[in-house]
Amino acid sequence: MTEPGREVIRIRGLNKRFGSTHAVIDVDLDIRRGEVLALMGANGAGKSTLIKILCGVHPADSGTMEIDGEPMAFRSPLEACAAGIHTVHQIINDGVVQQLTVAENLALDEICRPEGPMLLSRTVITARAREIQAILGLDLPLGKAMSELGQAERQLVAIARALSHDPKVLILDEPTSSLSEAEAARLFALIEDLRARGVAIIYISHRMSDIRRLADRAVVMRDGRTRAEFARPLDFDGIVHAMVGHRVREGAHSAVAGGRTVVEIRDFALTPTSAPFDLDLCEGEVVVLTGLIGAGKTEFADCLFGTATPYAGSVTIDGKPLRPASPQEAIAGGVFMAHEDRGNSSLVSEFSVLHNMTLPFLRHFSKLSLVVPDQERRAATGQVSDLAIKCPSIDVPIGSLSGGNQQKVVLGRWLIQPCRLLILDEPFQGVDIGARQDIGRRLRETAAGRATLVICADLEEATEIADRIIVMRDFSVVGGHSVDGLSLDALVAEISGTGTHATFA
Amino acid sequence: MSTQSPNPATPAAAAPAGATKSAFSFKDFVIKFGLLIILAVMIIVFWRLEPAFANARNMFSILQAVSVTALLALGVTVTLAIAGFDLSIGSTAAMSLMASSYVMVILNQGTFLAVVVCLLLGVFIGFLNGVLIVKGRIPDLLATLGMMFLLLGLQLIPTGGRSIAKGMTLSDGSAATGTFTDAFLALGRYRLFDLIPLPVIIMLVAAIILWVFMERSRYGRVLYAIGGNEKATRLAGAPVERYKIAAYMISGLFASIGGILLAARVGRGDVTSGSSLLLDSVAAALIGYAVLGAKKPNVFGTAIGALFVGTLLNGLTMLNAPYYAQDFVKGLVLVFALLFTFGFASSQRR
Repeated sequence: MTEPGREVIRIRGLNKRFGSTHAVIDVDLDIRRGEVLALMGANGAGKSTLIKILCGVHPADSGTMEIDGEPMAFRSPLEACAAGIHTVHQIINDGVVQQLTVAENLALDEICRPEGPMLLSRTVITARAREIQAILGLDLPLGKAMSELGQAERQLVAIARALSHDPKVLILDEPTSSLSEAEAARLFALIEDLRARGVAIIYISHRMSDIRRLADRAVVMRDGRTRAEFARPLDFDGIVHAMVGHRVREGAHSAVAGGRTVVEIRDFALTPTSAPFDLDLCEGEVVVLTGLIGAGKTEFADCLFGTATPYAGSVTIDGKPLRPASPQEAIAGGVFMAHEDRGNSSLVSEFSVLHNMTLPFLRHFSKLSLVVPDQERRAATGQVSDLAIKCPSIDVPIGSLSGGNQQKVVLGRWLIQPCRLLILDEPFQGVDIGARQDIGRRLRETAAGRATLVICADLEEATEIADRIIVMRDFSVVGGHSVDGLSLDALVAEISGTGTHATFA
Repeated sequence: MSTQSPNPATPAAAAPAGATKSAFSFKDFVIKFGLLIILAVMIIVFWRLEPAFANARNMFSILQAVSVTALLALGVTVTLAIAGFDLSIGSTAAMSLMASSYVMVILNQGTFLAVVVCLLLGVFIGFLNGVLIVKGRIPDLLATLGMMFLLLGLQLIPTGGRSIAKGMTLSDGSAATGTFTDAFLALGRYRLFDLIPLPVIIMLVAAIILWVFMERSRYGRVLYAIGGNEKATRLAGAPVERYKIAAYMISGLFASIGGILLAARVGRGDVTSGSSLLLDSVAAALIGYAVLGAKKPNVFGTAIGALFVGTLLNGLTMLNAPYYAQDFVKGLVLVFALLFTFGFASSQRR
């Protein structure tokens, strides 16, 4: 064991590209013994790619990585493990085998060792499992099947397994995302204990409370670069600032005042414990809903689109109550929504641009249930030119388009027919700046005659398109601002929950 | 990238889907037409070796032999399109065969009732499959495998495991009074212009209707969308559960039509008649992936696939190849067809 505070990992000039996406750009990072380093950033900021390079899943394109002064380049996760870097991934169930007992899971690496014994003795496994949990002072039910355990215990087993190798560096990816308060407290105690033993811990989380409790240092990533570094005492407003947009240009356009109220939301509570809120959305205005990840933005939209049910409250559209039980009912009620993560939740990869675009509205292009190609093609072609979608033809597979153009297809789909409320969840993820401007322009051009709600965590993107920005925190709307005379500091304070805030009606 | 960039899409002169590069590529050609060429070569070779192979009557015998397989394969194509599978088609057809025999021979009823009972039974079995998969959340392979076993047993219960034939002794000692009606038998045996077998016509009509349904109607589009990305299709507002159940009902319906035609051809409720149907029709549908480089379940490909298998078996039989060679050759063809579809196609994409 060496002195604490010494660098375990030293990264210089790391780069990684996937096709046209530059996921990690010139990253320098030092990780020291006995510290908890919080790695922060919005979705798509490059955190996961950086972590995957560290734990050997992806090779870096360029740059150097030194472990204890030795230059290293991992070709597989096994090599990273051998070098003392262990990772507990966000989805715990990927890291444990459900069908096996806790003891077997703890001793899994022994069991899987190719040069290990052919026949396994239960006593040997149990003995090894006892050893492992003794390191951590845990008391796990060794004989139980993994599937009978709660999330926190599974998490502890996954961590214990990682720790059985006496790691130099432990990477925890969103470890508390599925844990209760008490379970998280147990995990924190363990992490503090590990820190005291000199393990370097990289902690990835969106939860400010976790960071507050644990982090010695925070590094914020944005657009593939490390943007800022914070040492204790951590400046939380500064962290949020660095995460969601320090390049915000105020007053890019002036706010359009909303017309007739379309959507009235009253006494709306997403969960039993969240504060109820009211919200009005008007014709012609583009409202951006912002807030940190986990603030409840998507959950709110899901309630409007029929894929989730609110705990309490009412929603009306043009005075008529809206309580969709499915996307089908929501669409029939005039609510259209383009979801986050277009690859998984919007696009059919085998389909052409044309077929992806018209999927929800085939009824409108059909006679006697048969699709009329002319009408369908005319509608899609119109969207292609309105949105300046770059594609050789509307018949090419959607996968051959760039991310930005794919996103335009998703937006074009929902602009084919008029609606009363259009919801876009993170429409700018993985979208280049040119396409982003096209999307924003088209969104504002078409905004008359409907209410528009855009979910967007990035404030730079938000101010580009919004007439009004509303802030969500802890599953409730905590503030609203017109983009005219927008005070960024007040906004950031509301997002991170450090400032005083007025209730919003 | 500027917002005023000219839009290069010219849909009026659009190339067919997938043909983004006009440059001729031998590999693309093979992937697209390989299977059709092999089929043509096969027919020519059989004809040269055995001239009787190519006369019109034999050609239609081949078609008649494949019509039942093709009907089942068409049904399974719909379930494949939603990324599901229906293993119960063979036993649904067998069930339909036994049920039509039972209705006519033992219950002494007419043609119409026999046919209607079979079709309803087929649709109901498909409905049960769909509900088990959608509401019961049983994986498609397992649900339809369970249904397959269930039906294999169920169809034997009413007759105590015996085949149904005219004048058979019933469990109470009396003889069955009913008989296969002429009209029913004609479904399997009548030849239009004394040449084209009725089952071939029924199969072709069913194939054309299903082709229009899958390729030209909005329902078919949504079924393929479900197979490609179920979540996205649901979020685009389609009632995915209902579509999935409907897909299995179509599969059950087609299988029961196949069973009726089989019963009409053999003219008795033979308990072993449907045994090879499942594997032959699944093979036909999978070979169909490779036709015209579709790389997906498709109605036209399935029909060609059934024809391919039928031609191969007929030719081998005429050349006196031993029966056990037939399964081997079928397997070989299937493996190569899948290699065409998946192996070559995926290396081309990269």
